[in-house]
Amino acid sequence: MSDSSNSENLQRTPLFDEHVRAGAKLIGFGGWEMPVFYTSIIDEHQTVRNAAGVFDISHMGQVTISGPDAEAFLNRVLTNNISKLAPGQGQYTILPNENGGVIDDLIAYRTGSDAYFLVINASMIAEDVAWLESETEGDVTLENKSDDFAGLAVQGPASVALLEAFLGGNLPPRNGIADFSVRGTTITAARTGYTGEDGAELFLPAADGPRIWNELLDFGKSYGLKPCGLGARDTLRLEMCYPLNGSDLGPEITPIEAGLGFFVDLNKGDFIGRDVLARQKAEGAPRKLAPFRMAAKSPPPRSHYPVLAGGETVGETCSGGLSPSLGTGIGMAYLPLAVAVPGTAIEIDIRGKKFPAVVEKKPLYKKPKP
Amino acid sequence: MNVPEDLKYAETHEWLRIEGNEGTVGITDHAQAELTDIVYVEVPKVGTKVEAKATIAVVESVKAASDIYSPVSGEVTEVNTALDADPALVNTDPFGAGWIFKLKLADSAAASGLLDAAAYAAKIG
Repeated sequence: MSDSSNSENLQRTPLFDEHVRAGAKLIGFGGWEMPVFYTSIIDEHQTVRNAAGVFDISHMGQVTISGPDAEAFLNRVLTNNISKLAPGQGQYTILPNENGGVIDDLIAYRTGSDAYFLVINASMIAEDVAWLESETEGDVTLENKSDDFAGLAVQGPASVALLEAFLGGNLPPRNGIADFSVRGTTITAARTGYTGEDGAELFLPAADGPRIWNELLDFGKSYGLKPCGLGARDTLRLEMCYPLNGSDLGPEITPIEAGLGFFVDLNKGDFIGRDVLARQKAEGAPRKLAPFRMAAKSPPPRSHYPVLAGGETVGETCSGGLSPSLGTGIGMAYLPLAVAVPGTAIEIDIRGKKFPAVVEKKPLYKKPKP
Repeated sequence: MNVPEDLKYAETHEWLRIEGNEGTVGITDHAQAELTDIVYVEVPKVGTKVEAKATIAVVESVKAASDIYSPVSGEVTEVNTALDADPALVNTDPFGAGWIFKLKLADSAAASGLLDAAAYAAKIG
């Protein structure tokens, strides 16, 4: 096998030394040197589905937007309706280009009457900030705070009880955000995640990151909390069909095609890319992001494998991999509307061999009812 | 990390055990530890002729597919069919039950370009 690529020119989070100390296997991701796993991807995946896991998400970017014109500005540059947010609430939204394509997907929180907090993808920080700055109009202050924060995502069925004990207070409701002055620092807790499990994403001053990471791991032991890497983060989000920008989203793909029309509000007034998105919502997009699962034993599907329907190549896979929860290969692909129908038989070409698969509904994994 | 003395090693982390004019190939303990969670092994067909350093098999972990290169030239004589049902044998017993394929060596001196255990152990540090 080939040795993995070297770590030159990769950025490190405030928790890097903790990962090394814990024996994590490190990889490059979006320009960052990050833990892919500490013990094993499958073990960490099951830890999040059954107990609680904590992920270093310090690589993700944070941008604050404030001022009297901040609301109008965000409604013009984002697809969702920011006016629906009361202070303390957040929403998933898309930063579109003029063609309605995806620059980035992010979560926007309202933190005050004229104050907003955006959490953006690590690989897109420079591009997002440059785009937002170029589009600024009126009395709006935009600050890139990405280097100021450490981020910890705590996810899994045990995570809420764990976090409420750790923070000494109740977490905000789903998609909410609240500050906790606790443990000698200020921890901002957002009730969001990328795994399909309940939990929260914590943001705190970078300098306090290592100390809080270690305090949390120690505190969480009795809840079954373990550190988890990006490998499990990827398998967990893929089971839920949450898109990953760069794999499933990009500047040539619209949120309508990606199945994210729910997060595009056409009734809020004009915004960048609205014309294309309105037309696609009315007339239908030519293709759609469709989840699939392998229908027989096969290697796990990976990115850029050809997808066939009726013997013809109709697209290629974007995200793909083994689902630890289902024990089979799963993935997503942009497919013509006629093929992107749950139940449709397709084939995935894996290194020249065709393996049967079937188009599914999202999410690919549903938690068994207790 | 386990590096058995009696094997030869490729720079690309495959091992070769030579018995007469036959060789057995697998991936090293170091390689399986780097990959973890092996979920699929694509073995070659018996009868496949392969050149040294050419791709001959694929080992898939949860995270990625990794090409396996034949350490020497030869013809595949047997493949480990047990990996079909239990690919994790590569993780649990990389130098034993997790072997991948056997080949008839094209050249009895073929292994001369490979690393011995000490050199491989030094490489993986």
